[in-house]
Amino acid sequence: MSASDDKRNLGQVFMNGILNENPTFRLVLGTCPTLATTTSAMNGFGMGLSVTFVLVCSNIVISLLRKFIPDKVRIPSFIVVIAAFVTILQLLLHAYVPSLYESLGIFLPLIVVNCIILARAEAFASKNPVVSSAVDGFGMGLGFTAALTLIGCVRELLGSGSIFGFQILGDAYEPMLIFVLASGGFLTYGLLLGIINAITNHRKLMKLEKGEN
Amino acid sequence: MSLILSSAPHIRTAKTTSRLMGNVLIALLPCAAAGIYYFGLRAALVLAVSTVSAVLAEFIWQKLSRKPITISDLSAAVTGLLIGLTVTPTAPWWMVMIGSFFAVIVVKQLFGGIGDNFLNPALAARAVLLASWPARMTSHPAVGFANVDAVTSATPLTTGAGIGDLLLGNVPGAIGETCKIAILLGLVYLLVSGTISWRISVVTIASAFLFNWALSGSLNDSLVAILSGGLLFGAVYMATDYATSPMQAGSQYFYAILIGVLTIIIRKFGVYPEGVTYAILLANITAPLLDRFIPQKVYGIPSIRKEEKKA
Repeated sequence: MSASDDKRNLGQVFMNGILNENPTFRLVLGTCPTLATTTSAMNGFGMGLSVTFVLVCSNIVISLLRKFIPDKVRIPSFIVVIAAFVTILQLLLHAYVPSLYESLGIFLPLIVVNCIILARAEAFASKNPVVSSAVDGFGMGLGFTAALTLIGCVRELLGSGSIFGFQILGDAYEPMLIFVLASGGFLTYGLLLGIINAITNHRKLMKLEKGEN
Repeated sequence: MSLILSSAPHIRTAKTTSRLMGNVLIALLPCAAAGIYYFGLRAALVLAVSTVSAVLAEFIWQKLSRKPITISDLSAAVTGLLIGLTVTPTAPWWMVMIGSFFAVIVVKQLFGGIGDNFLNPALAARAVLLASWPARMTSHPAVGFANVDAVTSATPLTTGAGIGDLLLGNVPGAIGETCKIAILLGLVYLLVSGTISWRISVVTIASAFLFNWALSGSLNDSLVAILSGGLLFGAVYMATDYATSPMQAGSQYFYAILIGVLTIIIRKFGVYPEGVTYAILLANITAPLLDRFIPQKVYGIPSIRKEEKKA
């Protein structure tokens, strides 16, 4: 494999996580934290970055250890690695960003069982070299972050009239409380999924038509 | 003599969607009239906004998505009027409008339009409004003082009222749900015109009554229970929605009992004073399952048990 080939592959691996295999909108993985932590843009963003950190670190370590981990105990081994990084993250957030630590609550330790991280460890890091595993984790993490921030923005805008804490819709706007409740999370997620599916289908159709012409 | 050969169906009925929906609209008129009588012009305005915006929402959506415009089947108008009748007379116009748009676009059209929605659009919209602006949805003006914002009180479910007042509708509440006589008039019209069968509405009310009686042991309390809040309105106009109620007689009984019992459970043990909305929405979700799991008679096919006996 030549160097330019490698580069293109890394780029593809990176973009894959953000667009084609966006964990939230294309793979529909990790929906529990997606619904629970997106009550505001900041919470969604914070959750996304936390997952990105754990994802990159665990992908690197698992990729490094991929030849030593026996196949039969690979899942417990992955979980131990992931749990270690989640503990590090928890302590860091508790020390430096206590407000985010408080608002993420139980969903921070629950990153251990986040299926995106386990899925990437199983499907990618345990089969690929370190650099591409790190890039894969980074791309997937950023895709997750972007999706959570988007959902968080919509919910915060409609549910509290602000985005990232900045009041956008004036005092005359009476917040539609349902959007900061759990049901609003399902509504927003479902509607955004629908919109994104509609866009991708439309694009596919356009491509097909172009190809036929 | 000319013979016409054509494929089935050979027997046609005059029951078209617009006719059935027209019947529902007629049956809703007494409720609307009673609401306007008790709560004044403001209630009329709410009803107008909700109905017009529901029809408008259907028109806009179908225009944008290049689908055939079906506002003439009157189903959007029924949905809109139902939303108006289930909110308080002091509901602001924008809230009613959001409710109508949500009902028609998100609950009905996104799932494929009339007949394909799995929840009653008007009720789902009411649930969204209730979760979004709880204070506005649950503060009801005292009867006759609808134009004064300051006078508000809770529903009779929390304060209690006489049976006479409950029947006449001389109690605070949503526009269409208070006057029970008007609702019963509507029920009679729906039954006589063959728009709905008696099963769902009557069994819902009866099961709520009996379950409440079993819990409280008081006939009077049970009578008040079925006459207060939105139980009667929900049982007659909401639970009987064609698209979201089961099709077989057997499953309809089960569905109706579910609504009656759930309503009383939410009222007695839940944090909300009223539970009809959530009870019917939950039952809506079970409707397709009930139709599948409760055995049904199929016309022209002998039942399996008989076949087994013969063998």
